[in-house]
Amino acid sequence: MVDLVNVLEWVFALLQMALFVVAAPLFTAWIKRVKCWLQNRRSPPLSQPYRDLRRLFSKQVLLAHTASPLFRTAPYLVFGTTVIAAAVVPLIALELPTARIADAIVLVGLFGLGRFFLALAGLDVGTTFGGMGASREMTVGALAEPAMLMVIFALAMGAASTNLSTVIHSMLAQGLALRPSLLFAFLALLLVGIAETGRVPVDNPATHLELTMIHEAMILEYTGRQLALMEWAAQLKLMIYGVLVCNLFFPWGIAQTLDPASLLIAGGLLSVKLIILGAVLAVAEGLVAKMRFFKVPVFLAVAFTLALVGMLSFVMLESAS
Amino acid sequence: MNRYLELQLVEQAIITLAAMILVTSFALLGQSRVVATIRTFAWQGWLLALTTALVAWDIGHPHLYLSAFLTAILKGVLIPWLLTRQARQLGILRAVDSIVRPGITLLIAGALVVFCYGVALPIGQLVEGVTRDVVAISLANVMLGMFMLVIRRTAVTQVVGFMAMENGIFFAAVAATQGMPMVVELGVAFDVLVAVVLFGVIFFHIRDSIESLDVDALNRLSEVEK
Amino acid sequence: MIALALTLLFPLLGAIVLGWLARPNASSLLNIAVSAAGAIASFVLALNVLASGPAGGKLFYIDPFNVYLIALTALVGFTTAIFSRPYMAHELEQGRIGGGRLRLYHASFQGFLFTMQLALSTNNLGILWVALEGATLATVLLVSLYRTPESVEAAWKYFILCGVGIAQALFGTVLLYLAASQAIPDTDDALLWTELYKHAAELEPSVMGIAFVFLMVGYGTKVGLVPLHNWLPDAHSEGPTPMSAVLSGLLLNVALYALVRVKMLVDGSLAEGTVHDPNLAGYLMMGFGMLSFIVAGLFLHRQRDIKRLFSYSSIEHMGLMSFAFGLGGPLATFGALLHMTVHSLTKSAIFVTVGHACQIAGTQSMEQIRGLISTQPNVGWGLLIGTVAIAGFPPFGVFTSEFLLLSATMDAWPWLTIPLLVGIAVAFSGLFRHLQPMVFGIKPPGQEALKINMLPVYLHLFLVLWLGLAIPGFIAGWFDQVTQLITGRGLL
Repeated sequence: MVDLVNVLEWVFALLQMALFVVAAPLFTAWIKRVKCWLQNRRSPPLSQPYRDLRRLFSKQVLLAHTASPLFRTAPYLVFGTTVIAAAVVPLIALELPTARIADAIVLVGLFGLGRFFLALAGLDVGTTFGGMGASREMTVGALAEPAMLMVIFALAMGAASTNLSTVIHSMLAQGLALRPSLLFAFLALLLVGIAETGRVPVDNPATHLELTMIHEAMILEYTGRQLALMEWAAQLKLMIYGVLVCNLFFPWGIAQTLDPASLLIAGGLLSVKLIILGAVLAVAEGLVAKMRFFKVPVFLAVAFTLALVGMLSFVMLESAS
Repeated sequence: MNRYLELQLVEQAIITLAAMILVTSFALLGQSRVVATIRTFAWQGWLLALTTALVAWDIGHPHLYLSAFLTAILKGVLIPWLLTRQARQLGILRAVDSIVRPGITLLIAGALVVFCYGVALPIGQLVEGVTRDVVAISLANVMLGMFMLVIRRTAVTQVVGFMAMENGIFFAAVAATQGMPMVVELGVAFDVLVAVVLFGVIFFHIRDSIESLDVDALNRLSEVEK
Repeated sequence: MIALALTLLFPLLGAIVLGWLARPNASSLLNIAVSAAGAIASFVLALNVLASGPAGGKLFYIDPFNVYLIALTALVGFTTAIFSRPYMAHELEQGRIGGGRLRLYHASFQGFLFTMQLALSTNNLGILWVALEGATLATVLLVSLYRTPESVEAAWKYFILCGVGIAQALFGTVLLYLAASQAIPDTDDALLWTELYKHAAELEPSVMGIAFVFLMVGYGTKVGLVPLHNWLPDAHSEGPTPMSAVLSGLLLNVALYALVRVKMLVDGSLAEGTVHDPNLAGYLMMGFGMLSFIVAGLFLHRQRDIKRLFSYSSIEHMGLMSFAFGLGGPLATFGALLHMTVHSLTKSAIFVTVGHACQIAGTQSMEQIRGLISTQPNVGWGLLIGTVAIAGFPPFGVFTSEFLLLSATMDAWPWLTIPLLVGIAVAFSGLFRHLQPMVFGIKPPGQEALKINMLPVYLHLFLVLWLGLAIPGFIAGWFDQVTQLITGRGLL
């Protein structure tokens, strides 16, 4: 006999994942809106990404002659891995059945898998831009992943676990403390997130200038619903990093039980955090210029160093008992 | 989790600042422009002064305030100002002195920090109070400063490395022993100041004699027959 | 204590006045006068201390060990000042330096003597560090005095390597202070050598072991121990020769003095032998000393510059002294003290003759220095006899001290006598293969004698000969007191 509560929890986990997926375009729209404000432009409505997606889904898919089956399946794989990644990250509640697989290394692995197919798809059609974008994406990825893992190790050492739920639990338990390891891990995660989600100054999602684009270059050949899935996956990835930053470093308010009141509070607080984070991101993007590609390794080396120092300072300064 | 979380906020701030000084040491290793290197060094000086002042406040050693003040003036203002001025006169303020193999450098630097941690463990046992664990960080700063001297190629950035090393030692004195006796501290500060002035004089000698400040060009004296 | 104050004040005031005095002739005379006054004050101080025992307070502390070095420093400073008068006059005449540089030279020379005397007489190990770093600062502009690319390079190496090295010593001093502040109630006194020595047994051995490694690296750089010696031949060869004489004869001694003082503390702290080997400091010094002795002896063969040749000889002898102090025991320590003295005297005498030889030949390259004896017999013979003395021939004092050291080694570590003897032989051949053509060779056409003052050479070599033939009872008693101080047991 199936335990009723357990079923309920699974239902809720699925609901949370759905919320994640549905809210992702909104986060992107919010960042764009703040940027518009900063540039004294009138912004598109917040519903614009949804309209774009709907439009793309209703359009016909056009395929290049050289496209292989891989090219056609890649969008589903990329979107799929990103959705599973979203399921792994705690959004507003902790005590969910998915918590057991909510492992940070799994998360990095899922992102790596998605990137792998994305890069293959970019190469598949055989256009110049696709290949260039894929090569750049893999370069960034190869540098960002070690930095990301360092961040995870720095956090995991504090909580003695790589499980995201456990990490958040221990963060909640420790209360307010000024810890160098967290400070540096936070800064490093921000940098890695910017690189991974293709934001300024590593990539510019708003441009199709051939010399600078990374992510856009790889999905240049996609049309219709396949393009929609690719874009949605990218928005989802941005949202996942945003939620990671908010929930790992500022977890206060996240629901530890499944009663409606605390869930409501958690949802509200998370929205506020994401709104602030999005605004900060938009302001930061407005202040810095996109860097030349060969500077990106330096950017990621900074992230890696910060995470490394974070881990070292945990061992050296915080672990003594 | 443990002792750290039971510390007062000011003590956590001291430790966090110590870690930030370590970050500036890493940043000094990685900076490629001369002017950025000097600026990072000034930041390190200010962080050091702030840490010293917080330690003074935490343990109630009034003479450390004087050290903090001295550090801020000397390391935060005077030496960066002198170095910037000299670099501008030499026309190398915007020169690039990038490191050759950043990846290897970073790994060696990380390994050095771990090594220092090992060396400093028995020392820390003897230190009382919040700065016990900071001794390792200060030793790491000394070693990273020395490492910077090894990998840097222009005379000015080497001097910054030298001064960063001195910062590390001063930091060690603050962390391990709440500063040295005042007379020694003044003597060391005097030596450092004279050293910077003399370094400035020698910069010009080097420029005049080899028409560059690249220390790789200083290779006339050797035991190998040429 | 007035004598002490004068010993320090003469060079300090001399540095200030000579920095302003623009007339070359007057300033070189004043330089000699100030050094002579300092030397007399230091002799009075030495007699006082020997008669009435150690004296001093919190700032300064004088015992037989450092007063012996103070007197030696002042004496060699005085004779080098005599030497530098004709030497610098010749350089001025040749246009290698101008009046301003001469002023810088004189001020730096006296400033250097001041830092040496301060380092020796202070009771505070922190001030000792400050003074040793000050010695680097005082001499760095002397190394680049000629402003040739080579001399500037040598100055840069000297500054950076010594600076980095001695920074390690400061870290070691911090650790020493840490260990001391646990044992000594008043932390303001915790760096005073007298207090530290009193509480040596209570100092935490684990920290003292690490502290000694840092101090060894730091002061060892200044001693010129291999592998931290790279600055030494460069600085010695590119600066003016009187400076080479005082660097070799004095600075290296003072750095070694600092190391020996620290070793006494570490030995006291590690005596229990629970954390480290009780003889850790001694082994380190023996190891580095032996390495320097052998490596420098081999490098002697490769030299082409006469001043580099003798600076490697200095490294070799400093290595031998470090080895002897590391060996410990009354005989080795007595021998090391004697060796310190005779090496200082002989090496500075050699540098006087070398300086004049280079001026006669107009070069430092040994291939072009020829026929010294036929050109100017006193320089040629001075160089020959000095080299004979430094190579350890009887009846000079270096032979006596090396004999004592070998006997002590034979007693404690018999098999180590073999590398020592081989090293002495290697160094001997290294010196004489270069020396023979220089002094006896055929005089190149146009080479003429110079107007010089050989008094320093005669005085030094006479003293070395005297110490080799018969150590006066007064000196032997003095060294015995020092040996007692360092090892706890006397030899006599």
